[in-house]
Amino acid sequence: MSELLSIDHISVSYGNIQALRDVSIHVREGEIVCLIGANGAGKSTLLKAIVGLEPLVSGSIAYKGEVIARNDHAFGSHNPLLRFFKNPKHAAQDTRSLRTDEIASRGIALVPEGRRVFADLTVEENLDMGAFLIDDDAFIAKKKKEMYEFFPILGMRRKQKTRSLSGGEQQMMAIARALMSAPKLLLLDEPGLGLAPLIIQDIFEKIEIINKEDNVTVFLVEQNARMALRTSDEGHVMENGRIVLSDTSEQLLENEKVKAAYLGE
Amino acid sequence: MLNFILLIFIYSGIYALMAMGQNVITGYVGLLSLCQAGFFAIGSYATAILSVSYGWNFWLTVPIAGLLAALAGIIIGLPTLRLKGDYLAIATLGFGEIIRNIINNWDSLTGGPMGIKRIPMASIFGYTINPFDKWAFLGMVWIFVLLGYLFFKRLARSRIGRALEAIREDEIAASSMGINTTKYKVWAFALGAFAAGVAGSLQAVFTLSVTPGPFTFMVSIMVLCMVVLGGMGNFIAVILGAFLIQFISYFPQLVGLSNVIPPQFKQILFGLILVVMMIWRPQGILGRAPRMSISGIRRKKRTTSNGGESGDTIQGGSR
Repeated sequence: MSELLSIDHISVSYGNIQALRDVSIHVREGEIVCLIGANGAGKSTLLKAIVGLEPLVSGSIAYKGEVIARNDHAFGSHNPLLRFFKNPKHAAQDTRSLRTDEIASRGIALVPEGRRVFADLTVEENLDMGAFLIDDDAFIAKKKKEMYEFFPILGMRRKQKTRSLSGGEQQMMAIARALMSAPKLLLLDEPGLGLAPLIIQDIFEKIEIINKEDNVTVFLVEQNARMALRTSDEGHVMENGRIVLSDTSEQLLENEKVKAAYLGE
Repeated sequence: MLNFILLIFIYSGIYALMAMGQNVITGYVGLLSLCQAGFFAIGSYATAILSVSYGWNFWLTVPIAGLLAALAGIIIGLPTLRLKGDYLAIATLGFGEIIRNIINNWDSLTGGPMGIKRIPMASIFGYTINPFDKWAFLGMVWIFVLLGYLFFKRLARSRIGRALEAIREDEIAASSMGINTTKYKVWAFALGAFAAGVAGSLQAVFTLSVTPGPFTFMVSIMVLCMVVLGGMGNFIAVILGAFLIQFISYFPQLVGLSNVIPPQFKQILFGLILVVMMIWRPQGILGRAPRMSISGIRRKKRTTSNGGESGDTIQGGSR
């Protein structure tokens, strides 16, 4: 299996605070990889860095072998005006960081933390938005139908404002919206956050089906370590912005340290 | 009396154009910009300078006025769009004042505080549209409003309209759907400024002279009031808002009480209207226009092949 996402030695900081320190994670095609860790460990920051919402201080992120994010602080390349006047000598070897929308257009879909649904739009309109990059109406219609079959509750709530949906339904909608663009890589930020255990189980089952049947590679970040490790093939444990442990998920479930710190055994 | 009512309608039309522009920026993208007066001034002066100093035909100056305003919109938009909410409002307010001050002080081009006089009247097919012939001018202004409405309505239903709404709802989610948020925000600014520029052009051939005096930030506030009063994100509502605000501001003169009620009275009234609206009807009189899914637009296109905007029902939205 080839490598789809390669995160190489990246660091991210918010002012003086270093949120990520020398993080490396490699996601192979077809896998479900999870990242577990406590609140504030830097999990969400990592996802934001992958989709270009946080600039890197060092290191680089590549998708399908092409660099999508790197440290390009040199000469303020995050400023579009300065980028315009950039030294052409540098521009020649330039593999600048991509904008979030450019990254999305390459086939990476993010289900953001806290779902971030378009609350005033109906479920159907939200799904339409998810297919923003797709021009083929027949394909969009087909995709929507698939989604309504896959998440029957969304089909029933099709014409309702997303605001009126329950937390679990909104989470399903956020996943469905992300899948509308037929991504190759799905990034999930705490899909189980604030949901009842039964619903979490349902959502993780769906994630497994998406992975197995649609062949979508999944990288998920979760506090619910047990659920995440049971679903995934490979796991990473993050503490204070560092990866402290990486192994297959089966091994991690048996690991004494993980058991003590994250599984409460 | 009739003349006065026609005057109100003419001003309503000119302001309706500006308000529609503001609606793209504020109603659709959700950016609080207070710069319409500046774009309005640029449009006015473009028409005035081109037709007085260079003898251009009015109709040629209209697109130039719009484009110059749009260019100013882009120039203002690029650096300020990194700001949000009240910061953006203050930055744009500042830019509006900068434009007015430049006009006020660039004597060689704009005539400074004296302004530009004797702007030639607009004419079409040899027929001069004299501002004193209120009916003809009214007709011209409202044809512009209609064209603007049809354009913006179409825009709102297009992919661009959906992108703008997504940005308003949630910028991070919008960008992870693949929407280039900066690009669309700058576009919205340019379109909003374009409409104000065209409105300025009409204003110039209506008053036949331009001075920097009237382009204060009170104009921007008034335009914002129109959008809030009518209903954000609804172009018909915004036109209604423009008319209502104009009617209110000329009301003392209309009922012959202008010597009893001071002109400052209208500013008190605007403030009051905004407060009352925010408490009891924050979505505006008509509320947001209902959206249509892609399939909905398709279906509508098929049924109304005559291109009519007939099925455009407006709900007193519960949003």
